[in-house]
Amino acid sequence: MEFIVIIISAIFVNNVVLMQFLGICPFLGVSKKVSTAVGMTGAVTFVMVLATIVTYLIQNYILNPYNIGFMQTITFILVIASLVQLVEIILKKVSPALYQALGVFLPLITTNCAILGVAIMTIQKDYDLLEAVVFSGASAIGFGLALVLFAGLREHLDMIELPKGIKGTPAALIVAGLLAMAFMGFSGIV
Amino acid sequence: MTNKENFLKGFFKENAVFTLLLGMCPALGVTSSAINGLGMGLATTFVLIMSNLVISLVSSQIPDKVKIPSFIVIIASFVTMVDLVMAGYVPALHEQLGVFIPLIVVNCVVLGRAEAFASKNKLVPSIIDGLSMGLGFAMALTMLGAVREFFGSGKMFGITIFSENYGMLIFVLAPGAFIALGYLIAFINKLRKA
Repeated sequence: MEFIVIIISAIFVNNVVLMQFLGICPFLGVSKKVSTAVGMTGAVTFVMVLATIVTYLIQNYILNPYNIGFMQTITFILVIASLVQLVEIILKKVSPALYQALGVFLPLITTNCAILGVAIMTIQKDYDLLEAVVFSGASAIGFGLALVLFAGLREHLDMIELPKGIKGTPAALIVAGLLAMAFMGFSGIV
Repeated sequence: MTNKENFLKGFFKENAVFTLLLGMCPALGVTSSAINGLGMGLATTFVLIMSNLVISLVSSQIPDKVKIPSFIVIIASFVTMVDLVMAGYVPALHEQLGVFIPLIVVNCVVLGRAEAFASKNKLVPSIIDGLSMGLGFAMALTMLGAVREFFGSGKMFGITIFSENYGMLIFVLAPGAFIALGYLIAFINKLRKA
């Protein structure tokens, strides 16, 4: 039951992109086509879950026992940056097909604030390891859901005649606002 | 580029939020009021100036392969400083900005300036560049915060202008951030064309 609450809350109620504004750059940047949005989601899910597990272990077995919590930001971002590199190298060797699909998105992920944001929030929420895995996985799915929905909307948006000033990013932002409004309908269900 | 041009570019021509569309996460996330936007903007400005300063001094010594990781470590150190100072002196604001303070590390504006400007330029232009981009970012966040606060709760910098009952609550909530920024960028595009 507890896990269901975490999952529903992370995907719908507190959606990382639309409610917490994390990962806006990829949300606006790679949402022009549904197929790239799906690829990005795959890469983000993979890295987010892995990064959350590693940062969780570092926080609880290195930073907390030695009382160096102030090193959190530096440690986490370094872990994420090296993890992304590592994933890239391993993927290239083990599964070239998957690397073909996700490869171009991986370098972008280091500066995706959703990854660092979810890692820090996991610590703040005081989850245990299993809850942390569920939370990060659900957050990644929430990210993917928002991204794929938005990409679908944007594909149609391109075909519409709009005033010059509002075409492009402004229109995309306003559509994202409407999507966020739809997601607000979920607030209060958990 | 003269120092004056260098200083002025961050406000309009190369404004991080309105033109380059960088640093959108804090721009949307913390601007439910003008004060929050200003606080976040100034915190980012400090990090930008300091990281540009250090990076312009040391970048010639850093091998190309570890350039980005080293930049990230330098930036993260200043972000940690800002985080601790804000927690100590302005705890209320620190609480409001929450997770977005550590997230200055992954703000594309900071790393973008380090890579595109500070690593290639001398000390003084780099400091001016940091100041200009930072203040431009702060200006954008304050504007967005002021618009949202005014329409959402009838206040400006915390001073009541009209009763909260007539405010459009949606502007202080999440969807309002996207919509307000969308219209602000459209407005600025219009100004640019004219």
